[in-house]
Amino acid sequence: MHIPDGFLDAKTFVTLDVAAAGLIGVATSRVRKALEERAVPLMAVLAAFIFAAQMLNFPVVGGTSGHFTGGALAALTLGPWPAVLIMTLVLVIQSLFFGDGGILALGANIFNMGFVAPFVAYGVYRVVRLVFRSNAGLYVGSFVASWLAVVAAATACALELSVSGLIPFSVSVPAMAGIHALIGIGEGIITAGAVAVLVASRVEVLKLKEVPGGVG
Amino acid sequence: MSVKFIWIGLASAVFLAVVISPFASPWLDGLERVAENAGVLERGEGEPLIAAPVPDYAMPGVPNERLATSIAGVVGTVLIFAAAWGIFKLTLRKRENGK
Repeated sequence: MHIPDGFLDAKTFVTLDVAAAGLIGVATSRVRKALEERAVPLMAVLAAFIFAAQMLNFPVVGGTSGHFTGGALAALTLGPWPAVLIMTLVLVIQSLFFGDGGILALGANIFNMGFVAPFVAYGVYRVVRLVFRSNAGLYVGSFVASWLAVVAAATACALELSVSGLIPFSVSVPAMAGIHALIGIGEGIITAGAVAVLVASRVEVLKLKEVPGGVG
Repeated sequence: MSVKFIWIGLASAVFLAVVISPFASPWLDGLERVAENAGVLERGEGEPLIAAPVPDYAMPGVPNERLATSIAGVVGTVLIFAAAWGIFKLTLRKRENGK
Protein backbone atom coordinates (compact mmCIF):
# COMPACT_ATOMS: atom_id res chain seq x y z
CA MET A 1 0.00 0.00 0.00
CA HIS A 2 2.81 2.40 -0.84
CA ILE A 3 1.15 5.72 -1.76
CA PRO A 4 2.85 7.33 -4.77
CA ASP A 5 3.30 11.09 -5.13
CA GLY A 6 0.29 12.61 -6.82
CA PHE A 7 -2.39 10.93 -4.71
CA LEU A 8 -2.27 13.08 -1.58
CA ASP A 9 -2.83 16.80 -1.47
CA ALA A 10 -0.32 19.16 0.10
CA LYS A 11 -2.09 19.65 3.42
CA THR A 12 -2.24 15.88 3.90
CA PHE A 13 1.27 14.95 2.92
CA VAL A 14 2.85 17.86 4.77
CA THR A 15 0.93 17.02 7.95
CA LEU A 16 1.97 13.39 7.73
CA ASP A 17 5.58 14.25 6.90
CA VAL A 18 5.73 16.37 10.06
CA ALA A 19 3.95 13.69 12.09
CA ALA A 20 6.29 10.99 10.83
CA ALA A 21 9.35 13.09 11.64
CA GLY A 22 8.03 13.48 15.17
CA LEU A 23 7.33 9.78 15.50
CA ILE A 24 10.81 8.92 14.28
CA GLY A 25 12.25 11.27 16.91
CA VAL A 26 10.22 9.67 19.68
CA ALA A 27 11.04 6.19 18.40
CA THR A 28 14.77 6.93 18.37
CA SER A 29 14.67 8.12 21.94
CA ARG A 30 12.58 5.15 23.10
CA VAL A 31 14.67 2.62 21.24
CA ARG A 32 17.89 3.99 22.71
CA LYS A 33 16.43 3.34 26.15
CA ALA A 34 14.92 -0.05 25.35
CA LEU A 35 17.52 -1.82 23.23
CA GLU A 36 21.25 -2.25 23.36
CA GLU A 37 23.77 -2.76 20.58
CA ARG A 38 23.34 -6.53 20.76
CA ALA A 39 19.91 -6.10 19.12
CA VAL A 40 21.54 -4.67 15.97
CA PRO A 41 22.00 -7.98 14.11
CA LEU A 42 18.38 -8.97 14.66
CA MET A 43 17.18 -5.54 13.55
CA ALA A 44 19.30 -5.78 10.41
CA VAL A 45 18.06 -9.27 9.55
CA LEU A 46 14.46 -8.23 10.15
CA ALA A 47 14.85 -5.18 7.92
CA ALA A 48 16.40 -7.30 5.17
CA PHE A 49 13.74 -9.98 5.44
CA ILE A 50 10.92 -7.44 5.44
CA PHE A 51 12.32 -5.77 2.34
CA ALA A 52 12.73 -9.05 0.49
CA ALA A 53 9.34 -10.40 1.52
CA GLN A 54 7.68 -7.16 0.39
CA MET A 55 8.82 -7.94 -3.15
CA LEU A 56 6.78 -11.13 -3.25
CA ASN A 57 3.37 -10.04 -4.50
CA PHE A 58 0.82 -12.84 -4.30
CA PRO A 59 -2.47 -12.92 -6.23
CA VAL A 60 -5.51 -12.21 -4.11
CA VAL A 61 -8.62 -11.85 -6.24
CA GLY A 62 -9.68 -10.68 -9.66
CA GLY A 63 -6.45 -9.28 -11.06
CA THR A 64 -5.32 -7.81 -7.75
CA SER A 65 -2.26 -8.79 -5.77
CA GLY A 66 -1.07 -8.13 -2.26
CA HIS A 67 2.21 -8.19 -0.47
CA PHE A 68 3.55 -8.59 3.01
CA THR A 69 4.33 -5.32 4.78
CA GLY A 70 6.11 -6.46 7.96
CA GLY A 71 5.28 -3.77 10.52
CA ALA A 72 3.52 -6.32 12.67
CA LEU A 73 6.38 -8.81 12.55
CA ALA A 74 8.85 -6.14 13.57
CA ALA A 75 6.61 -5.05 16.45
CA LEU A 76 6.03 -8.58 17.70
CA THR A 77 9.73 -9.32 17.58
CA LEU A 78 11.23 -6.17 19.05
CA GLY A 79 8.36 -3.95 20.12
CA PRO A 80 6.45 -1.18 18.35
CA TRP A 81 8.99 1.64 18.65
CA PRO A 82 11.87 -0.35 17.14
CA ALA A 83 9.41 -1.38 14.44
CA VAL A 84 8.89 2.31 13.60
CA LEU A 85 12.60 2.69 12.88
CA ILE A 86 12.97 -0.56 10.95
CA MET A 87 9.95 0.19 8.77
CA THR A 88 11.11 3.77 8.22
CA LEU A 89 14.45 2.56 6.92
CA VAL A 90 12.82 0.06 4.57
CA LEU A 91 10.29 2.60 3.29
CA VAL A 92 12.87 5.33 2.75
CA ILE A 93 15.12 3.05 0.72
CA GLN A 94 12.16 1.67 -1.22
CA SER A 95 11.09 5.18 -2.11
CA LEU A 96 14.45 6.79 -2.92
CA PHE A 97 16.19 3.80 -4.46
CA PHE A 98 13.37 1.87 -6.11
CA GLY A 99 10.69 4.49 -6.64
CA ASP A 100 8.24 2.40 -4.62
CA GLY A 101 6.14 4.93 -2.77
CA GLY A 102 6.36 8.67 -3.25
CA ILE A 103 8.96 10.93 -1.69
CA LEU A 104 6.53 13.56 -0.44
CA ALA A 105 4.27 10.67 0.56
CA LEU A 106 6.96 9.09 2.73
CA GLY A 107 5.42 10.55 5.88
CA ALA A 108 2.06 8.98 5.05
CA ASN A 109 3.59 5.60 4.22
CA ILE A 110 5.70 5.65 7.37
CA PHE A 111 2.64 6.61 9.39
CA ASN A 112 0.50 3.81 7.92
CA MET A 113 2.95 0.92 7.60
CA GLY A 114 5.52 2.06 10.15
CA PHE A 115 3.35 3.35 12.96
CA VAL A 116 -0.29 2.27 12.67
CA ALA A 117 0.52 -1.31 11.71
CA PRO A 118 3.11 -1.97 14.44
CA PHE A 119 1.08 -0.39 17.22
CA VAL A 120 -2.17 -2.07 16.24
CA ALA A 121 -0.35 -5.39 15.97
CA TYR A 122 1.32 -5.00 19.34
CA GLY A 123 -1.89 -3.94 21.07
CA VAL A 124 -3.99 -6.67 19.52
CA TYR A 125 -1.34 -9.27 20.28
CA ARG A 126 -1.31 -8.43 23.96
CA VAL A 127 -5.11 -8.61 24.13
CA VAL A 128 -5.23 -11.97 22.33
CA ARG A 129 -2.59 -13.29 24.71
CA LEU A 130 -4.77 -12.40 27.66
CA VAL A 131 -7.14 -15.04 26.35
CA PHE A 132 -4.73 -17.53 24.74
CA ARG A 133 -1.87 -18.01 27.17
CA SER A 134 -0.69 -21.30 25.72
CA ASN A 135 2.00 -21.76 23.11
CA ALA A 136 -0.68 -21.86 20.44
CA GLY A 137 -1.54 -18.35 21.51
CA LEU A 138 1.80 -17.12 20.13
CA TYR A 139 0.69 -18.10 16.64
CA VAL A 140 -3.02 -17.26 16.92
CA GLY A 141 -1.98 -13.94 18.38
CA SER A 142 0.58 -13.26 15.67
CA PHE A 143 -1.88 -14.09 12.92
CA VAL A 144 -4.76 -12.02 14.29
CA ALA A 145 -2.52 -9.11 15.26
CA SER A 146 -0.85 -8.83 11.87
CA TRP A 147 -4.12 -9.30 10.01
CA LEU A 148 -5.77 -6.47 11.93
CA ALA A 149 -2.65 -4.33 11.59
CA VAL A 150 -2.85 -4.53 7.80
CA VAL A 151 -6.55 -3.69 7.75
CA ALA A 152 -5.95 -0.77 10.09
CA ALA A 153 -3.06 0.58 8.01
CA ALA A 154 -5.14 0.23 4.85
CA THR A 155 -8.00 2.12 6.50
CA ALA A 156 -5.66 4.92 7.52
CA CYS A 157 -4.44 5.00 3.93
CA ALA A 158 -8.03 5.19 2.64
CA LEU A 159 -8.80 8.08 4.99
CA GLU A 160 -5.74 9.95 3.72
CA LEU A 161 -6.81 9.46 0.10
CA SER A 162 -10.27 10.78 0.92
CA VAL A 163 -9.11 13.74 2.97
CA SER A 164 -6.96 14.61 -0.06
CA GLY A 165 -10.06 14.62 -2.21
CA LEU A 166 -8.89 11.75 -4.38
CA ILE A 167 -11.65 9.22 -3.67
CA PRO A 168 -14.74 9.68 -1.48
CA PHE A 169 -14.74 8.01 1.97
CA SER A 170 -17.73 5.86 1.06
CA VAL A 171 -15.64 4.27 -1.71
CA SER A 172 -12.10 4.30 -0.37
CA VAL A 173 -12.68 2.85 3.08
CA PRO A 174 -14.70 -0.25 2.13
CA ALA A 175 -12.51 -0.84 -0.91
CA MET A 176 -9.19 -0.58 0.93
CA ALA A 177 -10.36 -2.38 4.06
CA GLY A 178 -12.05 -5.06 1.99
CA ILE A 179 -9.13 -5.93 -0.25
CA HIS A 180 -6.71 -5.75 2.64
CA ALA A 181 -8.86 -8.08 4.69
CA LEU A 182 -7.83 -10.64 2.07
CA ILE A 183 -4.23 -9.45 1.74
CA GLY A 184 -4.00 -9.51 5.53
CA ILE A 185 -4.48 -13.28 5.48
CA GLY A 186 -1.17 -13.51 3.63
CA GLU A 187 0.43 -11.15 6.12
CA GLY A 188 -0.93 -13.26 8.97
CA ILE A 189 0.40 -16.50 7.55
CA ILE A 190 3.85 -15.08 6.80
CA THR A 191 4.05 -13.35 10.19
CA ALA A 192 3.03 -16.47 12.11
CA GLY A 193 5.52 -18.49 10.08
CA ALA A 194 8.34 -16.07 10.76
CA VAL A 195 7.42 -16.06 14.45
CA ALA A 196 7.65 -19.86 14.44
CA VAL A 197 11.15 -19.64 12.99
CA LEU A 198 12.22 -17.05 15.57
CA VAL A 199 10.86 -19.14 18.43
CA ALA A 200 12.52 -22.29 17.13
CA SER A 201 15.79 -20.40 16.80
CA ARG A 202 15.49 -19.35 20.44
CA VAL A 203 16.05 -15.71 19.64
CA GLU A 204 16.13 -14.09 23.01
CA VAL A 205 15.08 -10.49 22.31
CA LEU A 206 11.49 -11.43 21.59
CA LYS A 207 8.67 -9.11 22.55
CA LEU A 208 6.06 -11.68 21.73
CA LYS A 209 7.14 -13.84 24.58
CA GLU A 210 5.74 -11.24 26.94
CA VAL A 211 2.34 -12.27 28.15
CA PRO A 212 0.31 -9.69 30.08
CA GLY A 213 0.80 -10.67 33.69
CA GLY A 214 4.50 -11.27 33.32
CA VAL A 215 4.80 -14.94 32.42
CA GLY A 216 7.08 -15.79 29.54
CA MET B 1 21.72 -14.39 18.94
CA SER B 2 24.07 -16.65 17.07
CA VAL B 3 26.13 -15.58 14.09
CA LYS B 4 24.73 -18.60 12.28
CA PHE B 5 21.19 -17.29 12.75
CA ILE B 6 22.16 -13.95 11.22
CA TRP B 7 23.79 -15.56 8.20
CA ILE B 8 20.87 -17.91 7.65
CA GLY B 9 18.41 -15.04 8.07
CA LEU B 10 20.24 -12.87 5.57
CA ALA B 11 20.67 -15.78 3.15
CA SER B 12 16.95 -16.55 3.37
CA ALA B 13 16.09 -12.94 2.60
CA VAL B 14 18.49 -12.93 -0.36
CA PHE B 15 17.01 -16.22 -1.56
CA LEU B 16 13.51 -14.75 -1.52
CA ALA B 17 14.65 -11.61 -3.29
CA VAL B 18 16.65 -13.40 -5.97
CA VAL B 19 14.79 -16.64 -6.65
CA ILE B 20 11.17 -15.94 -5.75
CA SER B 21 10.70 -12.26 -6.57
CA PRO B 22 10.93 -12.65 -10.37
CA PHE B 23 7.83 -14.82 -10.13
CA ALA B 24 5.86 -12.40 -7.98
CA SER B 25 2.39 -11.53 -9.19
CA PRO B 26 2.46 -8.62 -11.64
CA TRP B 27 -1.11 -7.66 -10.86
CA LEU B 28 -1.90 -4.27 -9.38
CA ASP B 29 -1.65 -4.23 -5.61
CA GLY B 30 -4.60 -3.37 -3.37
CA LEU B 31 -4.08 0.39 -3.34
CA GLU B 32 -3.39 0.54 -7.09
CA ARG B 33 -6.51 -1.50 -7.79
CA VAL B 34 -8.67 0.81 -5.67
CA ALA B 35 -7.18 3.83 -7.45
CA GLU B 36 -7.62 2.19 -10.85
CA ASN B 37 -11.26 1.40 -10.15
CA ALA B 38 -11.81 5.00 -9.10
CA GLY B 39 -10.18 6.18 -12.31
CA VAL B 40 -7.33 8.00 -10.56
CA LEU B 41 -4.40 5.61 -10.88
CA GLU B 42 -2.60 7.73 -13.46
CA ARG B 43 -2.31 10.58 -10.94
CA GLY B 44 0.33 8.50 -9.21
CA GLU B 45 2.30 7.88 -12.36
CA GLY B 46 3.81 11.30 -12.95
CA GLU B 47 7.48 12.22 -13.08
CA PRO B 48 9.16 11.44 -9.76
CA LEU B 49 10.72 14.25 -7.75
CA ILE B 50 14.05 12.48 -7.65
CA ALA B 51 14.73 9.81 -10.24
CA ALA B 52 15.16 6.44 -8.56
CA PRO B 53 18.28 4.47 -9.58
CA VAL B 54 16.42 1.16 -9.79
CA PRO B 55 12.84 2.09 -10.63
CA ASP B 56 10.18 -0.56 -10.06
CA TYR B 57 12.74 -3.06 -8.79
CA ALA B 58 14.18 -3.62 -12.28
CA MET B 59 17.95 -3.11 -12.50
CA PRO B 60 18.55 -0.85 -15.52
CA GLY B 61 20.65 -2.18 -18.34
CA VAL B 62 19.56 -5.77 -17.80
CA PRO B 63 17.40 -6.82 -20.75
CA ASN B 64 15.94 -9.95 -19.17
CA GLU B 65 13.14 -8.77 -16.90
CA ARG B 66 13.38 -11.65 -14.44
CA LEU B 67 17.13 -11.25 -14.08
CA ALA B 68 16.72 -7.51 -13.62
CA THR B 69 14.32 -8.16 -10.75
CA SER B 70 16.63 -10.70 -9.12
CA ILE B 71 19.58 -8.34 -9.26
CA ALA B 72 17.48 -5.49 -7.88
CA GLY B 73 16.37 -7.86 -5.14
CA VAL B 74 19.82 -8.88 -3.98
CA VAL B 75 21.17 -5.34 -4.22
CA GLY B 76 18.26 -4.01 -2.17
CA THR B 77 18.37 -6.74 0.44
CA VAL B 78 22.10 -6.39 1.05
CA LEU B 79 21.83 -2.60 0.99
CA ILE B 80 19.09 -2.61 3.59
CA PHE B 81 20.95 -5.10 5.78
CA ALA B 82 24.09 -2.98 5.69
CA ALA B 83 22.24 0.31 6.17
CA ALA B 84 20.25 -1.08 9.08
CA TRP B 85 23.39 -2.47 10.69
CA GLY B 86 25.26 0.80 10.30
CA ILE B 87 22.46 3.11 11.39
CA PHE B 88 21.29 1.06 14.32
CA LYS B 89 24.86 0.43 15.48
CA LEU B 90 25.28 4.20 15.69
CA THR B 91 21.92 4.60 17.41
CA LEU B 92 22.05 1.95 20.10
CA ARG B 93 24.14 1.94 23.25
CA LYS B 94 26.94 -0.49 23.91
CA ARG B 95 26.55 -2.95 26.77
CA GLU B 96 27.05 -1.05 29.99
CA ASN B 97 29.16 -3.58 31.87
CA GLY B 98 31.84 -5.28 29.82
CA LYS B 99 31.56 -8.42 27.59
